[in-house]
Amino acid sequence: MSFLEYAPAPESRAIVALRPSYGLFIDGQWVDGHGEAFSTISPASEEKLAEIATADEHDVDLAVAAARRAYDRTWSRMSGADRGKYLFRIARLVQERARELAVAESLDNGKPIKESRDVDVPLVAAWFFYYAGWADKLDYAGLGANPRALGVAAQIIPWNFPLMMLAWKIAPALAAGNTVVLKPAETTPLTALLFAEIVQQAELPPGVVNIVTGAGPTGQALVRHPGVDKVAFTGSTAVGREIAKTVAGTHKKVTLELGGKAANIVFDDAPIDQAVEGIVNGIFFNQGHVCCAGSRLLVQENVHEEVVERLKQRMATLRLGDPLDKNTDIGAINSREQLDRIRALSDIGEQEGAERWSAPCEIPENGFWFAPTIFDNVSTSSTIAREEIFGPVLSVLTFRTPAEAITKANNTPYGLSAGIWSDKGSKILAVADKLRAGVVWANTFNRFDPASPFGGYKESGYGREGGRHGLAAYLKGESGAGATALVPAERSASQKRRRAGGAV
Amino acid sequence: MADRLTIPKTYKLAIGGKFPRSESGRTYEVATPKGAFLANASLASRKDARDAVVAARAAVGGWAGATAYNRGQVLYRIAEVLEGRHAQFVDEIRASEGVSAAQAAAQVDAAIDLWVWYAGWTDKFTQVAGSGNPVAGPYFNLSVPEPTGVVAIVAPQEAKGASLLGLVATVAPALVAGNAVVVIADQAHPLSAISLAEVLATSDVPGGVVNVLTGSPAEIAPWLASHADVNALDLAGAGAGEWVDLEIAAADTLKRVLSPEPGVPARSLQRILAFTETKTVWHTKSLI
Amino acid sequence: MTMQQMLPQAERAVKVLGGDLTERSLRLHLEGLSGVDAVGLEARAASLGTRSIKTTSKAWALDKIIELTDLTTLEGADTPGKVRSLVAKGLTPDPSDPSTPKVAAVCVYGDMVPAAVAALGAAHGDPDDGLVSVAAVATAFPSGRASLPVKLADTRDAVANGADEIDMVIDRGAFLAGRYGTVFEQIVAVKEACRRDDGTFASLKVILETGELNTYDNVRRASWLAILAGGDFIKTSTGKVAPAATLPVTLLMLEVVRDWHRLTGERVGVKPAGGIRTSKDAIKYLVTVAETAGEQWLQPHLFRFGASSLLNDVLLQRQKITTGHYSGPDYVTVD
Repeated sequence: MSFLEYAPAPESRAIVALRPSYGLFIDGQWVDGHGEAFSTISPASEEKLAEIATADEHDVDLAVAAARRAYDRTWSRMSGADRGKYLFRIARLVQERARELAVAESLDNGKPIKESRDVDVPLVAAWFFYYAGWADKLDYAGLGANPRALGVAAQIIPWNFPLMMLAWKIAPALAAGNTVVLKPAETTPLTALLFAEIVQQAELPPGVVNIVTGAGPTGQALVRHPGVDKVAFTGSTAVGREIAKTVAGTHKKVTLELGGKAANIVFDDAPIDQAVEGIVNGIFFNQGHVCCAGSRLLVQENVHEEVVERLKQRMATLRLGDPLDKNTDIGAINSREQLDRIRALSDIGEQEGAERWSAPCEIPENGFWFAPTIFDNVSTSSTIAREEIFGPVLSVLTFRTPAEAITKANNTPYGLSAGIWSDKGSKILAVADKLRAGVVWANTFNRFDPASPFGGYKESGYGREGGRHGLAAYLKGESGAGATALVPAERSASQKRRRAGGAV
Repeated sequence: MADRLTIPKTYKLAIGGKFPRSESGRTYEVATPKGAFLANASLASRKDARDAVVAARAAVGGWAGATAYNRGQVLYRIAEVLEGRHAQFVDEIRASEGVSAAQAAAQVDAAIDLWVWYAGWTDKFTQVAGSGNPVAGPYFNLSVPEPTGVVAIVAPQEAKGASLLGLVATVAPALVAGNAVVVIADQAHPLSAISLAEVLATSDVPGGVVNVLTGSPAEIAPWLASHADVNALDLAGAGAGEWVDLEIAAADTLKRVLSPEPGVPARSLQRILAFTETKTVWHTKSLI
Repeated sequence: MTMQQMLPQAERAVKVLGGDLTERSLRLHLEGLSGVDAVGLEARAASLGTRSIKTTSKAWALDKIIELTDLTTLEGADTPGKVRSLVAKGLTPDPSDPSTPKVAAVCVYGDMVPAAVAALGAAHGDPDDGLVSVAAVATAFPSGRASLPVKLADTRDAVANGADEIDMVIDRGAFLAGRYGTVFEQIVAVKEACRRDDGTFASLKVILETGELNTYDNVRRASWLAILAGGDFIKTSTGKVAPAATLPVTLLMLEVVRDWHRLTGERVGVKPAGGIRTSKDAIKYLVTVAETAGEQWLQPHLFRFGASSLLNDVLLQRQKITTGHYSGPDYVTVD
C-alpha cells in the first residue's frame, strides 16, 4: 500500500441539520417564495441537498420594504455601539457554529473542507469582528464627522465563496448603519440560509438582514427596485455591466467586484520553491473559482523550463476528490455549466497551439470535476491568455525584462490582482507601483484580511471591500457626498446639492 | 435557620499573571464610606512595583507581537467575562463606594461598553493614524504606529462613582496597541481592580500584560516615574499629589507622559496613540 | 583560508563545481542558490501538517516511525547500564505487543559504543535488513568547538569501537563567519575518518545545528555544503539547542535532497532530531517526506527521527488502536 494514497479521512456530515426545503428570510421570518422553487445539489455527487424558494418581484418588494422599515424605525436610530454589539454577537455565533458552516459550504459549493474550514469560515468570523468595531467609530472612516448610512443596500453575491462573500457585504453595510437585502447565488444558497438562523440567534432586529433566494430575475428585480439606495455586486463582468447600466441615472450608489485575469509574475531571483507553491495556490486554490486567481503565469524566460518542471512535480501531489475528505486539495467544479465552460476554453487553448498538461488525478464517476491543468507556451494573443476561465487552468507565458513583465501583466481589460515573486525588495516595490491592479501580492498569493482593502481597476470593477475603504463605501458625508459615489447622469431636484469630491 | 456564613475574599496584588501578597507583607484596611471593615488589601511596596515592571517587560514582546486581530479578540473576550461577572462587580462597587444598586450597575455597564469600544480599535487605529507617504523620490515610504512598551498608570483616585470605570478608562487604551501595563489602583476603592485582574487572568490575556498594584500612589508612583524600564507614564489620577515632581522624575529617561486630569478620562483615539511610537520606513524602488 | 585556496577534491563537489574547487568557487555556488521566503516555507509546512492520517494509514505510519527511529541517549550521566536498558527498549519497545517493530538504530556517545554493540548482540546490523545499527555522535558533539585533530580522533575512536554511523557536527562558528571552505574540509576529513580498514565507510550524518544557523537561507547553503562534501545524511540538530528540529526546516532540507536527486540521481538522507515528542508531530514529518522528496525516502537508509520520548507516545497510540481505549504511562516502559 502506498502511504501517499492516505486512507479516507471524511469530515462527518452529521453536524449539519439541513431542512428539506427553505423559504425566504424576510423581516425576521421564514416566508414562502412565490416564484418557482428549485433544487440545490452537491456538485461532487449531484445529490439533491434541499429545495430552495424563488423570490419573485413581489417577494423582492416585500424584502426591500422590510429593510426600509427596519432602517427607518430601528437601525438608523440605534447607537453605533449597539449595532456593533449585534455584529460582535454574529461573529461569535459564526465561530461557535464554524464546523457546521464549513461542512455545509463544502457540500453546497464543492470546495474542499480543508479550505472552507481553514480559510472561508475563519474569514467570515474575522470580517464580522473587524466591522463590529467600526460601528461606533464612523467619524474616523474618512468622510468627516457624522457620516450617514446610505439606507437600504441590495447585495448580490456569487457562488465561489458563498458565506465569505456574504460577510464581505453584510458586515460593513450593517456597521455603517444600512439594512440589507441579499441574494445568494442560485447554486450555493445554503450557508446564507444557515446565516439567517444565526441572525435569529443574535436577535438582530427583524428586517435588518433579509435573504432572498432565486436566480437572475430575482437579482434583476432587486437591482431595479426604486427603494434601494445602494447596490453591491460581486460576479461576472458581463452582469456587472448590466447592473451599471441599470442604475445609471438613478441615485443608487454602486460597487462592483468583477472578473480578473491576474498575472502571477515569477522573476529569475524568486525564492523558487515558495514561488511554485504560490503558483499552485494562485490558480488551484478553490478550483480556480477565484476572481483574483493567478491565471496567467508570467515567468522570466531564463527560468521558464525549471519553473514549469518544478510546477508539474508539485502538481503531481494534488489530491482531487470528495470535498468532505480532509485530505482533498481539489474539490468539485461548482456546476455543469461551469464545467462545460472550462472544457470549452481548454479545448480552444489546445486548438490555438498551447501545450496542455494535466495533473494525473483519478476523476470520480458522479459530479463535476476537472483535473488541474496547465497550458505552456501560451502567447499574449491566445484566447486563454485573455478570457477568464474561472477554473483550475493556468496559462503560462514568458517575459524577458521587468518592463516587459509589467506591460504584459497590464495588457488586459481586467485589473483585479497580481503576484510578484522576487527576492529583491526594490524590484518588487517598483513593479508593484506600475501594475494596474487593485491588489498586489508579493511572495504570496490569495491572502485576504478584513483590514485589507480588496477590489479592482478597469473592468474588474470599482469600489473596495475590507478596511476603512470598505466601510466608507456604505456611507455618505454630512454634505451627502459618498466616498465612492458615481456622478449620476441626471439629478432630481432634491439631489441638486453641492457634492464635495463625489466623482470616482 | 441561621444565615449562611460567608467566605470573605482575600485581595492580593496581580503581578505576572499570579496573585502574590506584597513582598513587604503589609496590608491596609479598605472600609465602606461609613467606616465598616471591607477587606485588607495588599499595600504594595517599591519592590512589588519593580517586580511588576519586570513582569510587564517580559510579557510585552508576546502581546505586541500578537496580531491586531488576536488582541482584539482577547480584549473582546474580557468584555464577555466582565459581562458574566456583572453582579459581582456591582456588589463590590456598592459596598466600597456606598452607591445604589442602579448607580453601581450603570458604572459596570459603562465600563464594559468602554472596554468594547477600545477592543474594536486594535485592528483599525493603524489605518487611521498610519500613512503611505508620497515622498519626492523613488522610495516606498510607510509610517506605522507601534506600541511604546511598558506603561505605568496612576488610575483615577476617588473619582466619584468611578473606581472601576476610571481603571478601565486608563488601562484599556494602553493595551490596544500592544503595550503592557503596571497600574496603581484607586487607593480607597481597590477591590474592583483586583477583581478585574482576575477577569484578565481568565480571559486569554498573557500573564504580565496587566499588573495591578493596590496601595499608595504617593509611595509607589515615584518609583515608577523614575524607573528606566518604563516607557510611558499616565498620571491621570495623580492630580492630588506631587505630580509635577513625578513629571520631572520621568523627564530623566524621556518618558512619554500624560498629565493628570480630573474625573474619568474621556474615551479617545488620542489616548491610544499617546502610547505609540511612529516608525517610518523607506525602501528604494527600481525596475532595473 | 584564502579565497583561492584549493579545497579537498570531494567527488560530488568536483562533479558539480568543477576541478578547481576553491573557497571562492564553493562560496559562489552557495550564494547563488535560490533564496527562501520564510513566510511561504512555513505556510507550506503548516499546510502539510493539516493532512489527516487515519485508520490504516495511521497504523502504517506509527510502525514506520518506530522503524525509522534512532533511539537516543546523549547525557553526561550515561553508563553501560543505561545503554543496555536503551538497547533493550529499542529491540523490544512494547513487551506486551510482539508485533511492535524494532527501531532503526541506537544513538550514543562514542565511548558508549562498545556497550551498545555488546547489548545488541545478534540483533546488531543493518536496519534495512530489520536489524539495529549503532550510531555515535562525534567531533566534540554537541558544540564542535575543538581542534580538527581532536574531532577526527573522536570519530576514529567511535568507528573503531564498532559504530555503523557517525553523527558529526559542523563548525557553526566557521560557517557564520563565512569560512565555508573550513566547514567543507572538516566534513571531508571526518568522512575519511569514517573509513574502516576493510575499505568500507561508516555512514556519515552531518548535523547542521539549524537553530544556530538561524536563517533558512543559511540552512539551505549548509545543506548543499554538507552534501557536496560527502555527507550521507543531513541532520537538523544536536537536540541540545533550541530550536531543534522544526517542520519548516526539515521541509527545506527535504527540498534540497530532492533537488540533489534531480541533479545527480543520487539520494541523500535527512534526519530531524530533537523536539519531536508526539506521534501527531512525527506523522506530519512522514507526510512532508512523502510529498516533498517522495515515498522512497521513508526507509532507514534515507530518513531517521532522532528521538527518545517519541517512542513511548507512538506506543501509546499503537495500544489505543489495538485495545480501542486510551492508554497511559503505566503501560509503556521507561528505558
